[in-house]
Amino acid sequence: MESLIYLIPIALVLGLLALFAFLWALKSGQYEDMEGAANRILFDDDDTPPKKDEPKKEAKDQD
Amino acid sequence: MTDPQSAERGGSCLHCGEPVPQGSSGGAQFCCSGCHAAFEMIQGMGLESYYQRRCLDPDQPTMRPDDEDTRFDFQAFADTDELGVTTLHLMVEGLQCAACVWLIETVMRKQPGVQHARINMTTRRLVLKWTADEADAEQLISSVTHLGYRLAPYDPSLISAENQQREKQLLRAMVVAGFAAGNVMMFSVSVWAGKDMGEFTRNSMHWLSALIALPAIAYAARPFFHSAITALKAGRTNMDVPISLAVILASTMSLVETVRMSEHVYFDSAVSLVFFLLIGRYLDSRARGRARAAGENLMGLKARAVTIVLDDGSREVAPPERLKPAMKFLVSAGERIAADGIVLSGESDIDTSLINGESVPVQARTGEKVFAGTLNLSGPIKVEVTQTGEDTLLSEIVRLMEAAEDARAKYVALADRVARLYAPVVHTLAASAFLGWWLIGGLGWQDSLMIAIAVLIITCPCALGLAVPAVQVVAGGRLLQRGILLKTGTALERLASVDVAVFDKTGTLTRGTPQWVNRDALSEDDIHLATSLAIVSKHPLSRALSREIAGVPAAEGVEEVPGSGLKLMTADGEVRLGRRGWCGVDDDGEQAEAELWLARPDVAPVRFAFSDQVRVDAAETVAALKAQGIHVMLLSGDRSAAVEAAAKEAGIEDWHAALKPADKVDRLHKLAAQGKNVMMIGDGLNDAPALAAAHVSLSPSSAADVSQTAADVIFQGDKLAPVLEALHVAKYADKLIKQNFALSFAYNAATIPMALAGFVTPLIAAIAMSTSSLVVISNSLRLGLGKGFTLKRQIEPQSNKPVQPAAHKET
Repeated sequence: MESLIYLIPIALVLGLLALFAFLWALKSGQYEDMEGAANRILFDDDDTPPKKDEPKKEAKDQD
Repeated sequence: MTDPQSAERGGSCLHCGEPVPQGSSGGAQFCCSGCHAAFEMIQGMGLESYYQRRCLDPDQPTMRPDDEDTRFDFQAFADTDELGVTTLHLMVEGLQCAACVWLIETVMRKQPGVQHARINMTTRRLVLKWTADEADAEQLISSVTHLGYRLAPYDPSLISAENQQREKQLLRAMVVAGFAAGNVMMFSVSVWAGKDMGEFTRNSMHWLSALIALPAIAYAARPFFHSAITALKAGRTNMDVPISLAVILASTMSLVETVRMSEHVYFDSAVSLVFFLLIGRYLDSRARGRARAAGENLMGLKARAVTIVLDDGSREVAPPERLKPAMKFLVSAGERIAADGIVLSGESDIDTSLINGESVPVQARTGEKVFAGTLNLSGPIKVEVTQTGEDTLLSEIVRLMEAAEDARAKYVALADRVARLYAPVVHTLAASAFLGWWLIGGLGWQDSLMIAIAVLIITCPCALGLAVPAVQVVAGGRLLQRGILLKTGTALERLASVDVAVFDKTGTLTRGTPQWVNRDALSEDDIHLATSLAIVSKHPLSRALSREIAGVPAAEGVEEVPGSGLKLMTADGEVRLGRRGWCGVDDDGEQAEAELWLARPDVAPVRFAFSDQVRVDAAETVAALKAQGIHVMLLSGDRSAAVEAAAKEAGIEDWHAALKPADKVDRLHKLAAQGKNVMMIGDGLNDAPALAAAHVSLSPSSAADVSQTAADVIFQGDKLAPVLEALHVAKYADKLIKQNFALSFAYNAATIPMALAGFVTPLIAAIAMSTSSLVVISNSLRLGLGKGFTLKRQIEPQSNKPVQPAAHKET
């Protein structure tokens, strides 16, 4: 039974961590576009090499 | 560009996936020159892998670049900060799938000066940031509109920020309640399972539960407290009153019991009650938010700018609200007229179908009146504003509409009706349990109160609170996927009880664009000559002609005479294609249907007839409605002959022509007085009052703004099948909602006697509450799995097939 003295606080702290992680994610706008987020990972810009005769434009790609 | 050999092959356009008409202006592989240009632009940027990634959605508008002239005042919406970075918020129409998001973002980022371009796929909105010195809004946006998407600016501060805020708050409350429920349950289960647990351990578990539950309830249950207080202040009760009462009483009493070190506490019940109810609230708010966002997008895309001519002759692009009487503005061909006025100069044809259902364009000459909302077809005109705002034809319609709407505002949603009956019953039961046990049963007041609280918790409408929103979320999501948008929360309920369907003709039952109908009556030479002229023009009749005929090159030197037709000087003399009077035919003033005449020197003029064809699946839709026992009617503002023809083709026996907006409303009122629940389907401005007066109303997305505002449901696409799908889903949803109510009442009937008898322990309450909620949720999810409508599948055998251009498959 003594184990409860540290197991319960550990369980609660872990739960709280998850709660705060979620609230942070919500606040930083990560839940605003669920549909887009699900689809975006499928598009990896690296697999579309620019055409050879096309001058390479350095666009300011961010993500 | 035209390649006569491959033109024979047909097939679908490489860009937009629409069938390639014979002799298309874009060559053999494209349906028009716009698509061809778009394809070359995408290829030029090295983005052709787009075509392999995308899948075309048959319910979305096509990707064909539009040539209706739409201009927006982008600068008015752009916002430049002190670092010189301009931000613009835009709504995007025409997104087919995630590949379109990728394409637009990549194209935007390749433009010089663009720093940030990101589309929110859920709300279909784009945020664009660029360095003000390096780029210009018009230019950036045209790069995307040329691909076939439509963009409209909006002011983010005006759009439902408040609702979004509330939705976020609900989600936050739900998560906090969920966290607390999980952790409190952890202690509760230990207490229930640990029969041999010492009293000290059990009591510390209760204290820990209190420590988690009380702050969580104080935070998460606020939406219920708010709503309960508002209701009580207004002298009413609603569902939130017993909920708040149960939660507050249960947690206070549990705290007291904890202090008294007794065996049973209800913290877990109180928190999970809040958690389950918040799930229902959140789902409800999200379903509404989605529909609202989509509705705002539709409206935003229609808000246009007008070109005002100032007194000194200079021009200014401004929103239409800026127009005042006596101001002058320009309307180019293909643009909608922004205000009622008089034509000062220029000549053109005006499409008035949205105003009065008239399918034949009327001529507008100098000095004639034109109305807001009509479409200028052939030539640029200059208009002087006569009336704005309050005095226009439009505001007359709006007045009629508001009068009609009053009746419908009285409709009370099923859930609210149930709640009105339910709340007093719950209060009475709990109060009598308390008084009964205390005064008659001889228990102490604390034990009696605990029994009363158990009754409150058990009767509390977890399942009831989920019964309606869970079904509505699933139904709304399913309909949205098919391009059907529910604008009001009670639309589904009202749809389910429909027994009369009333259609409008032009633009609803029909496509709203003319089709050439007398090909067999004409000689090949005439057709060839007429088409070589018509190919030059954007007039809908010319288009209808050139769409049908393959491989005819445009004649050199064709001249367009706005308001009259097309002319061409040949060696033999002048050839004319146009109006009856202009081509030397007696003008008796009354045209039965839209027509063009071809006049040549020394030959009698030839007539090309056009009519507005009914939508491809109109007859099937009408038949399916009749099969469901729904009486189908056609009410139109158009002439009798045109209405009769359309009615016959669609299989509608009960039709009425030449009705004014007020007549339509009268007829609907008469039907309502007979106890009928009328579904009105219409698109025109003249239908708006009728849409508002009907029991439930639907509009195609091509409808006038006012009509869309009045309608409960908006559907996209060229077909009428969405009407059936909406009805089908509504009936299914209605069945599920009633099942859900039955389930939660059955659960109450079983548990209330136990609670009244005082047998309910916290464990039983927790089990009963969770199972009933889960049963209701799983029952609702069946709607999402439900089979589609059979007619729909017959019409669209190839739906959702990815379109891949064979010629560009290399990787």
